[in-house]
Amino acid sequence: MKRWLLTALVILPSFASAADFGVDAANYDGPAWSPYLVGGLIGLLSWFTFYFADKTIGASSFYATLAGYVGKLVARKHTESLNYYKSNPPAVDWGFLFVVFTIIGGFIAAWTGGEFRNEWLHPMWVDRFGENSMVLRGIVGFAGGVLMAFGARLAGGCTSGHGISGTLQLNAGSWLTSVCMFVAGIATAMLLYTAL
Amino acid sequence: MIDPGKPVKESSEPSTEGPSGKSIVTAIVFGLAFGFLLQKGGVAKYNVLIGQLLLQDFTVVKIMVSAIIVGMVGIFTLNYFAKVNLHIKPTRIGAQTIGGLVFGAGFALIAYCPGTGAAALGQGSWDVLFGMAGLMAGSYLFAEMSGLLKKTVETWGEKGKLTLPDILHIPRLPFAYATAVLLTVGLFFLQRFYPR
Repeated sequence: MKRWLLTALVILPSFASAADFGVDAANYDGPAWSPYLVGGLIGLLSWFTFYFADKTIGASSFYATLAGYVGKLVARKHTESLNYYKSNPPAVDWGFLFVVFTIIGGFIAAWTGGEFRNEWLHPMWVDRFGENSMVLRGIVGFAGGVLMAFGARLAGGCTSGHGISGTLQLNAGSWLTSVCMFVAGIATAMLLYTAL
Repeated sequence: MIDPGKPVKESSEPSTEGPSGKSIVTAIVFGLAFGFLLQKGGVAKYNVLIGQLLLQDFTVVKIMVSAIIVGMVGIFTLNYFAKVNLHIKPTRIGAQTIGGLVFGAGFALIAYCPGTGAAALGQGSWDVLFGMAGLMAGSYLFAEMSGLLKKTVETWGEKGKLTLPDILHIPRLPFAYATAVLLTVGLFFLQRFYPR
């Protein structure tokens, strides 16, 4: 297992430097603030969520709750009979509100920073896949969302719940999950940008 | 072995009911802050996220590792003085390896994660809506299969609440400080080789 991981860590970057993805992410707008400042402040924010709310930062269950509400509208009995929704009945709870206000926080930051985008396709996507690629973006985005949510629920969290909150508590499973996320993410992105 | 998630202080809110007044306020304030920071950190941007997976832009890793360092030092110190509870999710080797890999593959396609996607929506990157529809569909698909998965995949390598220092039989606080120092050194080298 260890040797396999090490191989992946060595092979993937060398593949990256050799491969031509047709675009360079660094040619487009980067972060407005230093990543170290932002990361440090997110770390500080985690102290506050633990201390004042006895909660961790996480996002993925928001979508399961939304899906649960839609499911209950369409097929109430069936949705309520599902194992996951029996133990996690859809509710507007702390985590749900947190993500609703994450959307608004993103808006405030973009708006005050003059970075509100109002766009359907990012320039980097357009440069790589063309102007008339809305359908492709829709299919790729939707499929990605399905895989991502399924994976997050199976693993018990996402890049926030495991990637930040779990790893900072030195949770063994969170480190395992995060490494797996990035290994598969890097491999898939490289394939997508090379093959498509 | 001691339970790593054992509460050290009374939980600040009842666990059964919906959010109370205070917890609504914390969810709103911390959610706003999280979304604001994600957008300022650039991780609501398509090119920054895909750039990380193509190893062309290391903003995501820099933010995550900085958050882990600051968060870890604070949370373990506060926990040592019985000011906060740890929230350790159980380690399930099978489910987290598979879930992490599936999540990563989805990550490369959708190009946002559940939290940064919320900030991206606020930022006016409308392509995230395809992904959000997928996240809801994937969550429901998981719920459909949750009964079966609970009896199979989720039992593979079930280890319970497990932290890295507990595996190595090292006291948690010094382990956390040492890890923070190591990660800081790692960030220093990362910045040298990958300025962006």
